[in-house]
Amino acid sequence: MSRSDRAGRWRRSLFFALLALATALALAFFLLPLVAIFLRVPPGDLVAQLGSEVAVDALVVTLKANAIAQALILALGTPAAYFIASRRFRGRALVITLVELPLVLPPAVAGLALLAAFGRLGLLGGTFEALGVEVSFTQTAVVLAVAYVASPFYIRQAIASFEALDQPLLDASRTLGAGPARTFFRIALPLAAKGLSAGAALSFARGIGEFGATIMFAGSLQGVTQTLSLAIYAQFDLDFDVALALGALLVIVSAAILLTVKLLPAWTRSNSTSLFPFARFGSS
Amino acid sequence: MDTLELDIALPLRSFRLELALAVGRETFALVGPSGAGKTSVLRAIAGLARPQRGRITLDGRVLFDAEAKVDRPPEERRVGLVFQDYALFPHMTVEQNVAYSGRTRAAELLERFRIGHLAKARPGELSGGERQRVGLARALARNPDALLLDEPLSALDAHTRSAVRAELKDVLDHLDLPVLLVTHDFHDAVVLADRVAVIVDGRLRQTGTPSDLIAAPSDVFVASFTGANLLSGRARRSSGGLTQVTLDDGSILYSVDEAEGPVDVAVYPWEVSVAREPTRDSALNHVRGPITSLVRIGNRARVQVGGLVGEVTAASADRLGLEKGDFVVASFKAAATRLVERTTDADGSP
Repeated sequence: MSRSDRAGRWRRSLFFALLALATALALAFFLLPLVAIFLRVPPGDLVAQLGSEVAVDALVVTLKANAIAQALILALGTPAAYFIASRRFRGRALVITLVELPLVLPPAVAGLALLAAFGRLGLLGGTFEALGVEVSFTQTAVVLAVAYVASPFYIRQAIASFEALDQPLLDASRTLGAGPARTFFRIALPLAAKGLSAGAALSFARGIGEFGATIMFAGSLQGVTQTLSLAIYAQFDLDFDVALALGALLVIVSAAILLTVKLLPAWTRSNSTSLFPFARFGSS
Repeated sequence: MDTLELDIALPLRSFRLELALAVGRETFALVGPSGAGKTSVLRAIAGLARPQRGRITLDGRVLFDAEAKVDRPPEERRVGLVFQDYALFPHMTVEQNVAYSGRTRAAELLERFRIGHLAKARPGELSGGERQRVGLARALARNPDALLLDEPLSALDAHTRSAVRAELKDVLDHLDLPVLLVTHDFHDAVVLADRVAVIVDGRLRQTGTPSDLIAAPSDVFVASFTGANLLSGRARRSSGGLTQVTLDDGSILYSVDEAEGPVDVAVYPWEVSVAREPTRDSALNHVRGPITSLVRIGNRARVQVGGLVGEVTAASADRLGLEKGDFVVASFKAAATRLVERTTDADGSP
């Protein structure tokens, strides 16, 4: 083996070693803080702290507000996404951009904007007051804040899933006597289900961790508007262990959601005949 | 009278589809190269594409009328469409696919198309032929007034194609419906259809029975599409009432067709005979030269001599001991030599 050969091989090994090192450092950076949460609080204390009134209240508020917000997101977002995906109309690109706007909007600004629209002194405040409805600093405000910041995650994914549908399948449904609504429920929805579930999981993850918009628009009232994230912030000065316990809970919930998204395609492919084997047979 | 009638215009990407058709209780094939607008015709009839102008009626029912602003949605047209790749619903079983338009006839159709044993299977598990049967059964399940088939055999490999084609012919022969199928393969059209129309760039070139088209192709495209050899030359009247054609390479042919000036000569491979020596038969036209290619297809052999392909039986090729490079004579009758006058609008050739 010549000297230059050996030098070349050494350079290649060094390059891959550097890549591996960068990956390891990045992973350590992501994981170390999360591990630290669990190391600071002994598991027994963790469970005990979660039984505290503050923690239970925050968990209930978070789950309740997110369940309602997700239901709203699915109920409004799914038809909107199908409409945007299946129609070509003037200003479509603009509509898609507007739908994505909350993604890039700083959450604090989103909260401020919601306050300006629905708050007591806001744009629609008078209307709501006349109806006897108070929005800002109530649980309704938590729901609206979560829906506002989390819905783009779902709608974007839903548009992509509906656009990926095989158009001849939708056409076939129509020629077989099904109207547009039946075609949507029996063909489009089941075939897009995998992508829609992934989108819903992502938007749920975003909603669970919502902080900025909620604190601006809903405040942080224990048992009313104080979600897990807000409780962490509130407990930060009072009882650091409770804050850590709540943090640990959110880590577990987030990890579970991520895992669900990753595993989703695997199990939907195994228990239904997806388009992939269909296409493979067709070309053989 | 039970017919599907259409007269439509529909602008497509690079040309304007413009045609009129009437299909009775028969199988009618629309043949043409890919991109000729064939599928758009089916989509317009099924209600999946909206023509710019014109009218489509089925059994006297108006499906589309641009002037009267009638445009029935696909689900109200009672037109069955079998898609090119069958478009079976992948998340449903065979039975659910067939029953999609209503449960009533599903069981009967599964039996009729011999897919009863596949009722619980998913489309992804089926062979090409089976998928086609499911596609047909599903389209017929809603009792359509007309059946449209988009390239019904193109999704199949060569191996299963001829068997599926025979099966499809059997099904179509027993249907009492106007059937309009589109294909790019003239041979498929000959096997399946009672009448054929050749479509190029959105316009019909010629309509007739398959034998009409072979006997008298109206232009060069139809001739080559139906499988003819094409040679070009100049025609002039000669003695004995025949037309003499001087080919571009200087050789002379005779035809019973009348023509004057630049022409294309169409000769079908099965009308060309191949011999080692010039024979003293009735054939007037002879092309001498070495065999440039020899391809066996089942019990036939295609022999290329110069610019001419002749088709002989494999047995004849064996008897003559034909090999590539052998010097032979290809002969064909003046009566089998069809002349197509070259016009400037056909194919744009000078």
